[in-house]
Amino acid sequence: MKPKLQHLSEAIAQYLTPLLSVLACVGLWHLLATRHLNLGLVTFQNVPPPAEVLQAGLDLLASPKLMFHLASSLSRVAQGFGLAALAGVSLGLLIGRFALARLWLMTPLEVLRPIPAVAWIPLSILMFPSSEASMVYITFIGALFPILLNTIHGTMGVDPRLIASARSLGTRRWAILGLVILPAAAPSVLTGLSIGMGTCWFCLVTAEMISGQYGLGYYTWESYTVQNYANIVVGMLLIGLLGMGSSALLRWAGQRLIPWQAAGGSA
Amino acid sequence: MRPALIPKDLPDWGGQPSTLLGQVELQGLGIDLGQNASRFTALDDVSLSLAAGEFVCLLGPSGCGKSTLLGALAGHITPNRGRLLVDGQAVTGPHPERGLVFQQHTLFPWLTARDNVAYGLRMRGLGRQQRLEQARAWLVDVGLAGFERHYPRALSGGMQQRVEIARVLINQPRLLLMDEPFGALDALTRLNMQELLLALWEQRRMSVLFVTHDIDEALFMADRVLIMSARPGRIIDDLRLDAARPRGEDWLTSPAFATLKRHCLRLLHGTGTTHPLSRLSPLPGSAQATLIENP
Repeated sequence: MKPKLQHLSEAIAQYLTPLLSVLACVGLWHLLATRHLNLGLVTFQNVPPPAEVLQAGLDLLASPKLMFHLASSLSRVAQGFGLAALAGVSLGLLIGRFALARLWLMTPLEVLRPIPAVAWIPLSILMFPSSEASMVYITFIGALFPILLNTIHGTMGVDPRLIASARSLGTRRWAILGLVILPAAAPSVLTGLSIGMGTCWFCLVTAEMISGQYGLGYYTWESYTVQNYANIVVGMLLIGLLGMGSSALLRWAGQRLIPWQAAGGSA
Repeated sequence: MRPALIPKDLPDWGGQPSTLLGQVELQGLGIDLGQNASRFTALDDVSLSLAAGEFVCLLGPSGCGKSTLLGALAGHITPNRGRLLVDGQAVTGPHPERGLVFQQHTLFPWLTARDNVAYGLRMRGLGRQQRLEQARAWLVDVGLAGFERHYPRALSGGMQQRVEIARVLINQPRLLLMDEPFGALDALTRLNMQELLLALWEQRRMSVLFVTHDIDEALFMADRVLIMSARPGRIIDDLRLDAARPRGEDWLTSPAFATLKRHCLRLLHGTGTTHPLSRLSPLPGSAQATLIENP
């Protein structure tokens, strides 16, 4: 009897408490928004209450526009992130492994790195024929550097004894890159990919607000300009959900790709 | 088409006559390590020859260049002076016929024990079925049946070294180079590993060059014990041990063993390093010497 009760209270503590805290936040939001509270520094006069946001969300779910917004944002992220992963990992391997590549490429990359991806927006609009391409480019730049730097770090950190052993076991010099360096650097690369995924969404939404047509960032900004305030929050929540989803997807893929890091330690 | 390998068949690396497997010849070998101001002579004028199939231990104070010598034989360090021949052929780079085992295992963490052992056969282009079969047989031989699908990090230190040894021996090396392979293991595991290595050696008779700073270990295992001086390393004594094998407590407690041990202790003590040195790895870790691997 008693242990069962204890189990129940533990379950409550584990699952119910987070739920309650979310409900409390929504409740606070409701209070602030319905009373149109003005705190001087910040005002809730134009903030839509949760009920309105829920209604707006349901309306969007029923509308055909949702598909377009989702598809545009997802395809931009997929393209930008995919290109960044490809470029970041291959450049990172070369730079981490070969001193010559390091000498040639590191300085220009170091100059470009501190420039925030968002600062590229005006130039990228000028550089690319379509706003679509310029938005993909912004997400690409945003994801590139975390992936590149983590790959370089992982590649340079590979134990030289591992490479020596591989050579002694008959690995040809060029095969080392794929057979030893890449798997040895994989955990680092994966860290870079998940950081890159986060910055990717951040950059996409900003880019869409400025030069977009369809997409969740565009939807959010458009809702502001047409004074449909409830939709702003719907857009924000959707962006959060998609970011969370893509991170979870990446984590799941990572666990498949590097099973040797798992706790069990057996295949 | 390469003929299918029968497990534990004779090496088929170079078409060398099988009477000359693992014969090593060093002539006036000299190796300098480090760059510019920190450059120093790690090995100076080392000449020696090992007979095929011999089990030789290399004893010396830390920092005397034992590991550098192994690195050169493995083909990871280019000698600055002298010649280095294995079965009459100059060493020009790493090769599976000269297997190298480090103190800390270098198993690929992303491969299971079985795939680690099968790695060398994969590099030789053997079919998956064949190489996994041989790898399984080797894991049985080193006492790890049932651990095929374990990743290295799930194995104990002793087990990791067993996999490491199997991974090197599956390539049927003529020469097995070991750099304090059991130095990080506890006493009991260490004894088991020494016996395992001797059993494997007696079956297969590759030459072994075994670096250690443990006199007991050297006297227990070797046909010959070479003693090196402190830096720059030179061979200062060459002891031949003809105690019958398999060796056991009788040998370890015999007067001859005690005499030899005293002799080694005196020699090693007499050569005491003037200043402590960090342990040299057979790889020039921070780009100390020319790596053949990375020219």
